[in-house]
Amino acid sequence: MITCPNRFRRVRHYAVVKSYRRPNLKIMQCDMNWFIRILGSSIGKKLIMALTGLGFCIFLFAHLAGNLTICAGEDAFNSYAERLHALGPLVILTEIGLLFFAVAHVFIGAYLFYENFRARPERYLVKKNAGGRTIGSVTMPYTGLFILFFIVLHLIDFHFVEKTDQTIYQIVLATFSNPGYALFYIVSMIIVATHVSHGFWSAFQTLGVYNSKYMLPLRVMGTIFSLAVGLGFGFLPIYISFIS
Amino acid sequence: MTTARDKSCINLKLKVWRQKGPDVKGRFEAYKARDISTDMSFLEMLDVVNEKMILSGKDPIAFDHDCREGICGACGTVVNGRTHGPEKGTTLCQLHMRHFSNGDTVVIEPWRSRAFKVVKDLVVDRSAFDKIIQAGGYISVNTGGAPDGNAIPVPQEAAEKAMDAAACIGCGACVAACPNASAMLFVGAKISQYTLLPQGLPEAKKRALAMIGKMDELGFGNCANEAECEKQCPKEISIENIARMNREFLKAGLF
Repeated sequence: MITCPNRFRRVRHYAVVKSYRRPNLKIMQCDMNWFIRILGSSIGKKLIMALTGLGFCIFLFAHLAGNLTICAGEDAFNSYAERLHALGPLVILTEIGLLFFAVAHVFIGAYLFYENFRARPERYLVKKNAGGRTIGSVTMPYTGLFILFFIVLHLIDFHFVEKTDQTIYQIVLATFSNPGYALFYIVSMIIVATHVSHGFWSAFQTLGVYNSKYMLPLRVMGTIFSLAVGLGFGFLPIYISFIS
Repeated sequence: MTTARDKSCINLKLKVWRQKGPDVKGRFEAYKARDISTDMSFLEMLDVVNEKMILSGKDPIAFDHDCREGICGACGTVVNGRTHGPEKGTTLCQLHMRHFSNGDTVVIEPWRSRAFKVVKDLVVDRSAFDKIIQAGGYISVNTGGAPDGNAIPVPQEAAEKAMDAAACIGCGACVAACPNASAMLFVGAKISQYTLLPQGLPEAKKRALAMIGKMDELGFGNCANEAECEKQCPKEISIENIARMNREFLKAGLF
């Protein structure tokens, strides 16, 4: 059989031109797919939860340190707020980062909750705790949902509030003078502390840091941090009710 | 409840999950286990109940079992809300009836997970675990003369940790105990036993990606670090192995 060399050449030529036209796009597409596949896996999703969660822990620490300046008096607290806002673009950048983190944490958390629920279609009639689960770990999705609700409320009360004719100190004083609100705030902080009590060490476990050497220190650090968050933030409304 | 005839015997009320087949709806049925010797194992107690049922022409309770020495991983049901019963670090076949009191109600359920379908009564299909092993739970070596035993030095600590992970019998209690029906303790143990040893290292990356990919595909839940698996594992496999698996996966996937 005689082959047709002309036709062959045309096809080969076409293939070469095509591959020269868009070579990089294909590689880029491959790279993105690879990255998304890793992050979309069970451990990848947990990794995002861990990193964003640890980001919130750092934020909580900074927020608590800032709030505690109220103990040094009205001027110290107002000047802390002023200096913080003087950072300008840095504050906006952090806010955007936190918002991005929150969206990732909430949506991936909700999706994980759905997947975990789906993984056991038939529930147990009797289920007992063998000592692994804690109040924090059992309530994780629910405390998380509550914290989302609290953050929205908290931002409305303190962040998006009209600040032109009153200082932040006055706003805090006025808001906490309502005993009902103060009580709600304290309960909310206990719930945040409960969420953190499991989340803190859990993040390290997901990152693979957890081993026999770090086991106890990480657990202890998690407990200390959650106590600091609960007591530190929860103490503020009580302190304010005493000074006002 | 009437007292047992022999003093070393007890009478129990059983509430057992009965399901005729994988696609049939199951339900709990109550049975009476009379004159159960406290020296019996839990499976022997079920044998006694089954013998009486067979004699009266009823369909006996189907349950998985093999070695009855606590090393094969075939047996296992959820007893009163705990996998392999209330004793720590014990398989169901090694659980003795002396841990129960006369007149106790015992609720017996199969492992419940989307990935483990009920075959019949208390028997579940654990071939999902086999599929995970097939995906990467092995090392590839060329055949030939047997290498010298001490040709590859292994640190004692690594050997111990690998052995601790390899103690996993693949019974599926971790999945059953997990509030999210996650298989991460099983996969963590299997990945750890290889990655801790030099022989497992050449395929470490491929193995981590393949085994975890398969685990996700089979419909197991996600680990929430609640550690219930570790507490209910009959071989007391540590969740340290899950951390090691996370490390291996992130190393293989991102770097």
